[in-house]
Amino acid sequence: MRREVPLVLTAIVGITMIIAHFIPPLNILKNLFEDWFFIIAAFAIYLGILNLILINGDKIYKKQKGWPFGVVVILGFLVITVIGIFFSGGKSFQDPGTPFYYIYMNLYYPLSATMFALLAFFVASASYRAFRARNVEATMLLGAAFILMLGRVPIGYWISTWLGHTLANAADWIMDFPQLAGQRAIMIGIALGVVSSALRVILGLERAYSAGE
Amino acid sequence: MNETTNQEKKTFWEKLLSIDRRIIFLFIAVAISLPLFFKTSLDMPVSPVVQEVYNAVEKLQAGSKVLVSFDYDPSSMPELQPMAESFFRHCFRNNLKVIIMGLWPQGPLQANIALEQVFKDEDIKAKNLQYGIDYVNLGFTAGNEVVIDRMGHDFRESYPADSRGTPLSEIPLMRGVRNYDNIDLILNLSAGYPGTQEWVQYAVDVFHVKLAAGNTAVQAPSMYPYIQTGQLAGVLGGMKGGAEYEIALKRPARAVSYMFSQAIAHGVICLFIIIGNIAFFSSRKKKTS
Repeated sequence: MRREVPLVLTAIVGITMIIAHFIPPLNILKNLFEDWFFIIAAFAIYLGILNLILINGDKIYKKQKGWPFGVVVILGFLVITVIGIFFSGGKSFQDPGTPFYYIYMNLYYPLSATMFALLAFFVASASYRAFRARNVEATMLLGAAFILMLGRVPIGYWISTWLGHTLANAADWIMDFPQLAGQRAIMIGIALGVVSSALRVILGLERAYSAGE
Repeated sequence: MNETTNQEKKTFWEKLLSIDRRIIFLFIAVAISLPLFFKTSLDMPVSPVVQEVYNAVEKLQAGSKVLVSFDYDPSSMPELQPMAESFFRHCFRNNLKVIIMGLWPQGPLQANIALEQVFKDEDIKAKNLQYGIDYVNLGFTAGNEVVIDRMGHDFRESYPADSRGTPLSEIPLMRGVRNYDNIDLILNLSAGYPGTQEWVQYAVDVFHVKLAAGNTAVQAPSMYPYIQTGQLAGVLGGMKGGAEYEIALKRPARAVSYMFSQAIAHGVICLFIIIGNIAFFSSRKKKTS
C-alpha cells in the first residue's frame, strides 16, 4: 500500500490536470487538486521552519564545527518572527515604520544585496582567466561576449557612434538572432524533457519522488 | 628554494597570467564604487523592447487597472528596484490603479520600499493617493504557478485578503476585479522562479492577458523568444532596461546614475580580457619557440 497509493494518486491527479485543460467541466476536480496543493505548500513552510530548527539545534547540541552560526540562525529566526508577529503596532508587519520593516531594511536588505554583489568580483576574475582565444569556438564566445559587454553599456554606445553604430548594432544582432535561436532551441529541448519526465511520473515509471525508490 | 627559482624564471607575461585575483577585485571595486560619487547622467537610446513597455502603459486610459507582481528579493534589488519605482511613477502619473502582489515572500516588501520612494516625488505627493482606492498590496501567497492559475478564475481563490488582512470585497479598488479579464496590463518583475516564464505559461497562454516584464540581465535573454511571438509586450532587461525606461519616462533616476558605474566596470573587465589574451599568446609563443 505504501508504494501503490502514491502511484495511483499521482496518476489520477496528473491525468486529471491534463484532461481538465481540454474539458472545462473537469475544472471542479482540477480546483480541488489545486486546493490540496495550496495546503501542502503552506505546510511546507512550517516543515521548512521545523527543519531549520532541528538541523541547527542538533548542530549546537553536538557542538559540531561552526555551531555558533547555528545559534545566530535560530536567534535571527526567533527575533524576527516574534517582532513581526507581536510588535507591529496593529499594522501589517510589512508596512513601513514597523520594527520588522526596520530590520528588513537595515539588516536583511544590505546583507542579501552584499552577497549577490560579490558576484561582480568573481565574474571579473573568472572572465580574466577563462576568456582565452584558445580555439575557434572559444574565440567566437570571446568575441560575442566582448561585443555584448561593450555594446550594451553607454561606453559602447559612444564608441559605436564613432564607428557608425556598428558595435551597438552588432550587439543587437547577437541578441536578436543567434542568442534568440539558441534560447528557443534550449526551451524546446527543456519542454520535451519536462513532458517526458512528467509522463514517466504519471505512468509510474519514475518513482524517485516516493520513498526514494 | 625550488619555488623561488621557478618564480624567478617566470616572464612578465607569465606572471601576469597568474596575477593574484585580489588585484582584479581591487580594480573592480574602484571601477564600480568611484563612478557612484559622480552624478553623471549618461545618454543612451531607448531600445524597442523597452519602448514597447512604455507604450503599453501610455495606451491605457486613466482608471485602468494594472497588476504588478514582485517576484524578487533584495539580492536583485539594484537591477529591479529602479524599474519598480519608474513603473509606479508612470502608472500614478497616468492615473492608473495599481494592484501589487508577490510570488516571492520578500516581493510585497520590495513593493512597499518602491512606493515609499515614489511617494517622495512632489507630483505624486500632490495626487494624494490612497491605499485601497489608488493602489493595494495583496501580499504574498505560497503556491507559485498555481497562484497565477487560480487568479485567472478568481483573485479571491489565491488572495482572500490583502497584506493587511482586509477582505478583498471591502477594498474599493478590488470591488470590480474578479479575474484577469478586469486587468488591463500585468508587469512581472522577476529574478528567477517563479517569474516571467510562469506568468507567460499560466496567464498569457491560458487567459490571454497582456504581460510586460522586468528581468535581471542574466534572465532577460531567455525572454526574447516570448517577445518575438508576441507573448510578452516588452522587456526591461537588467539595469540598462531600467535606465532606458527612466529615459523614456523623461525622469532619469537611480538606474541612469548606476549605468555610469556599470559602464566603467564593463570597460575594466574588457581591458582585463584583452590583457589576459595578450599575456596568454605571448607566453605561448615563448613556450613554442
